[in-house]
Amino acid sequence: MENQQKQLRFSFPKMFVYLILSIGAFLSIFPLYWMFVMATNHNSAINNVPPAFLPGDELVTNFTNVVNTIEFFGAIWNSFIVATVTTIGVLFLCSLAGYAFAKFNFKGKNFLFVAILVTMMIPPQLGLIPQYIIITKLDWLNDLKAIIFPGLIDAFGIFWMRQYITSNVPDELVDAAKIDGCNNFRIYWNIAVPVIIPAFATLAIIKFMYIWNDFLWPLVVLREESSFTIQVALRGLIDNYVRDNGMIMSGTFWATVPLIIIFLLLNRLFIASLTEGAVKS
Amino acid sequence: MSDSKSANLKAPRRRRFSEEKKEALTGYLYISPFFILFAIFGLFPILFSFYLGFQKWNGLGEMEYVGFQNFEWILTDPLFWKSLSNTLIMWILGTLPQLLIGIILAYALNSTLIKLKSFFRVSIFMPYVTSTVAVAIVFGIMFNNQEFGLFNIIVGWFGADPVSWGTSEWGVKVAISTMVFWRWVGYNTIIYLAGLQGIPNELYEAAVIDGASVRQKIQYITIPMLRPIIILTVFTSTIGALQLFTEPLIFIGRSYREEGITVVLYLYREAFTNLAFGPASAAAIILFIIIIIISTINVWIANRIGR
Repeated sequence: MENQQKQLRFSFPKMFVYLILSIGAFLSIFPLYWMFVMATNHNSAINNVPPAFLPGDELVTNFTNVVNTIEFFGAIWNSFIVATVTTIGVLFLCSLAGYAFAKFNFKGKNFLFVAILVTMMIPPQLGLIPQYIIITKLDWLNDLKAIIFPGLIDAFGIFWMRQYITSNVPDELVDAAKIDGCNNFRIYWNIAVPVIIPAFATLAIIKFMYIWNDFLWPLVVLREESSFTIQVALRGLIDNYVRDNGMIMSGTFWATVPLIIIFLLLNRLFIASLTEGAVKS
Repeated sequence: MSDSKSANLKAPRRRRFSEEKKEALTGYLYISPFFILFAIFGLFPILFSFYLGFQKWNGLGEMEYVGFQNFEWILTDPLFWKSLSNTLIMWILGTLPQLLIGIILAYALNSTLIKLKSFFRVSIFMPYVTSTVAVAIVFGIMFNNQEFGLFNIIVGWFGADPVSWGTSEWGVKVAISTMVFWRWVGYNTIIYLAGLQGIPNELYEAAVIDGASVRQKIQYITIPMLRPIIILTVFTSTIGALQLFTEPLIFIGRSYREEGITVVLYLYREAFTNLAFGPASAAAIILFIIIIIISTINVWIANRIGR
């Protein structure tokens, strides 16, 4: 009887469930696998019927061609700098603002908080052209600052931090520290920050991935090769007159690998962060 | 005596008052970076967009007020309407299957007796970690027009002729929608999974006791309980789809082929290839209005279903 009930609870037959999930997993992984296959094969093996389905021996050749066509390592470095600096900046500014909204009383607090939330609704393309003009006037074209400073605006981050601080940093602790004579910044730094590390991790993953993968804005403000982030640089591979698919895939594959590795190592945290963020907002 | 008493009473109050003031000032200080940065890189550009929409300007010379000419120009440009209809078609093609398959996958992942659950979860989520540019490049090669393109090989299995994915009206749209689908379906799956896990098991147990079939359980328990999450995913994927840019730009390249041009791509082309900042701003404003309209319809439908 108990056994029967258990079987009734799940809804598809077991084989069917495995079939669906296996197809899903296969289709999700295959393009990434095939990226690797093409990255290790000569163009002629790819442009063939049937094309290569197993890794070949052109790994080094293809990657050498990538490095000769675009500034691959420079672009990875630029992406790394931009994503890291923006992420650290956002963690600091958003937690500070979130702390103020959670623990301080000041006039217009609720109005200002709602105003921040409203800015999330505005599509980023609306201000694209004037933003570009401002960057030109600041003389920040081809300068990574053009990505970092606008990237520090993160309404979701403030919202996220406020929610987390409100429910995880007890008022009593803050008051006790006040009585002990701690100034506000010390209370934030010594009491709030250690408690909100998990919220930092979530926000860091969301932000880092967003900046690393962003394309439209870097494409607009980074025009010189030396300033390209990896996403903009990858476009240089397909813009060539002669299309060497082996080389194109090699660049794309090696640009994708770093994030995939981080994801595989931290997959639980990654998945929880990226989806929780969406659901909570 | 009474004097000193009142002084004693006053002093802490004054201190409290100044502390409150200090706290308020600190609060403003802590939230100021957002507002300063937003004023420069957010608010001002948005207001300036509305101004630019009524000007003629190539980014260098003098601006010239032209009234509604830019809007007229955009709204009478067949390519703009083409870009709008492309965007809407790819919104449907990319979003609907994504949400439907997402629910099915989430339902399968939520089954109680499944082994290797975390393997499936991780693999299905992995496309989301891949950058949009990388996705567009890989699928661009898979959707090659030639017979050796991977999708044409599959088409060949069914005895059909190779499809010119990169140049035909529907080929381009299917290819771009596939890219969107592949990158986002796992993401939505995990969101639905979170929603499914929030449904109390007792509901299903009660339904089983009442003799409900699988279909009935899905129809009367799962779908209604999942409704807020479904509305959320429809909302976010719609806004994302209306802003489609990277996939078409990478796939159809600098030619801006009209089979695949989207509204944001059109805007980008006007601004940064044609240096027509006025019309481009007008296009941005029109896109903003379209997004507001579609979002409002979304909310309206969501509220009606919700009742």
